[in-house]
Amino acid sequence: MRKQLSWKVGGQQGEGIDSAGEILATALNRKGYYLYGYRHFSSRIKGGHSNTKIRISNSPIRSISDELDILVAFDQESIDLNAHELIEGGVILADAKFNPTVPDGVSARLLAVPLTRIAEEVGMAQMKNMVAVGASIALLGLSVDAFQEVIEERFARKGQKVVDKNMEAIARGLEFVKTEIGEIEDFRLEPSDGKKRLYMIGNDAVALGALAAGARLMAAYPITPSSEIMEYLIKKLPEFGGTVVQTEDEIAAITMVIGANYGGVRALTASAGPGLSLMTEAIGLAGMTETPAVIVNTQRGGPSTGLPTKQEQSDLLAMLYSTHGEIPKIVIAPSTAEECFYDTIEAFNLAEEYQCPVIIMTDLALALGKQTVEPLEYDRIRIRRGKLVSWDEELPELGDSELFPRYGFTEDGVSRRVLPGMKNGLHHVTGVEHDQTGRPSESPVNRKRMMDKRLNKLASADIGFPTPVFLDAPHDDADVLIIGFCSTAGTITEAKQRLEQEGLKVNHAHIRQLLPFPTDIVAEQIKRANKVLVVENNATGQLTNLIRMHTQMGDKLVHFGKYDGNPFLPSEIYNQCKELLVHGHI
Amino acid sequence: MATFKDFRNKVKPNWCPGCGDFSVLAAMQRAFANVGLEPHEVAIVSGIGCSGRISGYVNAYGFHGVHGRALPIAQGLKLANRELTVVAAGGDGDGFAIGMAHTIHAIRRNVDITYIVMDNQVYGLTKGQTSPRSEMGFKTKSTPHGSIESAIHPMEMALTVGAGFVAQTVSSDLKQLTRVIEEGIKHKGFSLINVYSPCVTYNKINTYDWFKERLVNLDEMEGYDPSNRQMAMQKLMEHHGLVTGIIYQNKESKSYEDMIKGFREEPLAKRDLMLTRDQFENLVSEFA
Repeated sequence: MRKQLSWKVGGQQGEGIDSAGEILATALNRKGYYLYGYRHFSSRIKGGHSNTKIRISNSPIRSISDELDILVAFDQESIDLNAHELIEGGVILADAKFNPTVPDGVSARLLAVPLTRIAEEVGMAQMKNMVAVGASIALLGLSVDAFQEVIEERFARKGQKVVDKNMEAIARGLEFVKTEIGEIEDFRLEPSDGKKRLYMIGNDAVALGALAAGARLMAAYPITPSSEIMEYLIKKLPEFGGTVVQTEDEIAAITMVIGANYGGVRALTASAGPGLSLMTEAIGLAGMTETPAVIVNTQRGGPSTGLPTKQEQSDLLAMLYSTHGEIPKIVIAPSTAEECFYDTIEAFNLAEEYQCPVIIMTDLALALGKQTVEPLEYDRIRIRRGKLVSWDEELPELGDSELFPRYGFTEDGVSRRVLPGMKNGLHHVTGVEHDQTGRPSESPVNRKRMMDKRLNKLASADIGFPTPVFLDAPHDDADVLIIGFCSTAGTITEAKQRLEQEGLKVNHAHIRQLLPFPTDIVAEQIKRANKVLVVENNATGQLTNLIRMHTQMGDKLVHFGKYDGNPFLPSEIYNQCKELLVHGHI
Repeated sequence: MATFKDFRNKVKPNWCPGCGDFSVLAAMQRAFANVGLEPHEVAIVSGIGCSGRISGYVNAYGFHGVHGRALPIAQGLKLANRELTVVAAGGDGDGFAIGMAHTIHAIRRNVDITYIVMDNQVYGLTKGQTSPRSEMGFKTKSTPHGSIESAIHPMEMALTVGAGFVAQTVSSDLKQLTRVIEEGIKHKGFSLINVYSPCVTYNKINTYDWFKERLVNLDEMEGYDPSNRQMAMQKLMEHHGLVTGIIYQNKESKSYEDMIKGFREEPLAKRDLMLTRDQFENLVSEFA
């Protein structure tokens, strides 16, 4: 019996790979297993190899795995490209139709199952993916019953006949393995705790977080890997009276969001690197006009169009610095789907409290990686609107041509915010340097005071973001400290566990607030370790350099970058740590 | 009830004496009062350039944004608060060069805002370069040998992309200008108003006199029917775009807000943010 294993299905894009993975994972989730799914896909609509890898466990996991136990292949290419990941004794479950062969040097067992033939017998060749699901669950020791509900929900719209056919395809696949191949005990899963949990991609969690935060308007331009956020909200916002505007470009998206926030509704946009590049001028406008705006950047491979469907973390400096001039800005980075939910709510609160743009940074692995999430708690949702004047408040009458001091100087730099439509709140908003009422002013004295006011809003790193750095740092004198951000948290955790099993003392700091930078917390952790490995999916060490700049403790830092388009594997981080400890460098 | 004086503030415009934009400002102030608005019910979103300053010269809510982006800001604002009267304003560079895509898509989208373009056929604030509205042969600092690009014809453009309200006027005709702005505000959906607003400093060709000699007033043309799109296009072509009045209006047009599924009358900005526990549990259950 296995505590965990990895399953992968591969074939040509459009062959039902996603839905095979979805259906298997949903059923397992309902049984109480922990899951982590990662899709490998190309930037094209149909055709081209794609695969979905799902890791199944009866304890929490938040990372893809090094190895593979079961590979389901719809074509020989899927075997050739993926079989090297298989463990010794792993299984290739391939469609007998294409006469599958095992590549040289791979010691996996080949189970040729007539997936297409069985599907055709049931009634539709395209149900071969369901036959494959059935064959897979025979290996995992599960029964078809687990799928009834999932298949019904998925195909109910298409009628009972389609539901029955799909269930039959699953049953026939299972039966084939049982009768023709027999049980392969190695892959049976240990029972799970049966607890109800959620299963979602990071983008779902961001979208749900935005809804929970009260966001009722989204303006966005479709781009991989952020589009699921708008797609979810397009479905859901009408129930809450809101809407998504699919704009003509990202510049329209961000400026529409600024207009909407100026008008008093919580609004967001979401994009990836190329879109973020287009938005930079307007982000400066939000900073200068002290208008809240929430921007989600799901990083992907750059530069330029780069690797649109691949993992990378190379927009960090662009998010921190890319507008011209100097503005207050907050950049936060959730590292799990659960954090995507809670952090998005917090992003809207911070945007209003500090009246500035807030960027939620994720990356493709987090945005599209599907993972188990503990039940989200309604009671943890908090809405804080900062110094926003409420619609009920009666403001004192303005004198003749006098304006409301929208940008009034205050101790914390945050001024009271009135909304257009409020009586006695008239003021001007402009990207031009302005006085307390918003009227243009180029006076050097005013300029300096206004710059100080805006920048001082975030002068302290303590902006109230609940977890600026996630710490799993039990040792006062660690052999090594691993630092990361965004999606790598789970992978680092796993590498750490392996190193600790060997008696090494390992600390982990995951930076979740990149701006303002939590220097003190990070510096303290660096002090407590002999070596520091900074893990980031980029070539130039953007995070490493940022930490150097802030902590002035650069000598200890070693940058470990990966920029081939794939997420880190636990073994890679493990190996680099060992290397660093043995040789002093990597 | 507010009068046009209530829409005045004490800021002195930095426009050159004789600039056409003064009349646009006066017409806006009169139009707001004439349709019965109070200053706090109006928001003017403007772009960059001489014309972009207009949001600071009206006693109302004003948002002076970035170059070419007045329209998306204005649309975001209107969607946030349907009760506001939102007017976007800017120059021909703002609307037909850097912001052309936004103009076309704002027309297509048909959010209920009024867009006033102060069209002087030249770039003023950057001291006299060619604009997308400059005619072929127009000599400026950036076209010393004369412009070799053809001019954009905004009214024809608007008609072809499906505008519901297309009007043009000239800043020397304050009466028509005021009336057209009033009608634009009252129109349900996007209204495009192009105002010939001569630049007395950098455009020595398209002067007040030049327009006086050439403009044809459709309001005074017998038998002209602004609901007839084909006739509108025909008159524009006959007169090389040099017509004034309400060129086209589709009174049946439905605004974007009225077409959005589930969008309600109560402004988004005034609604409760918090989901109920039931709503939340329902949403979450889809991920189980």
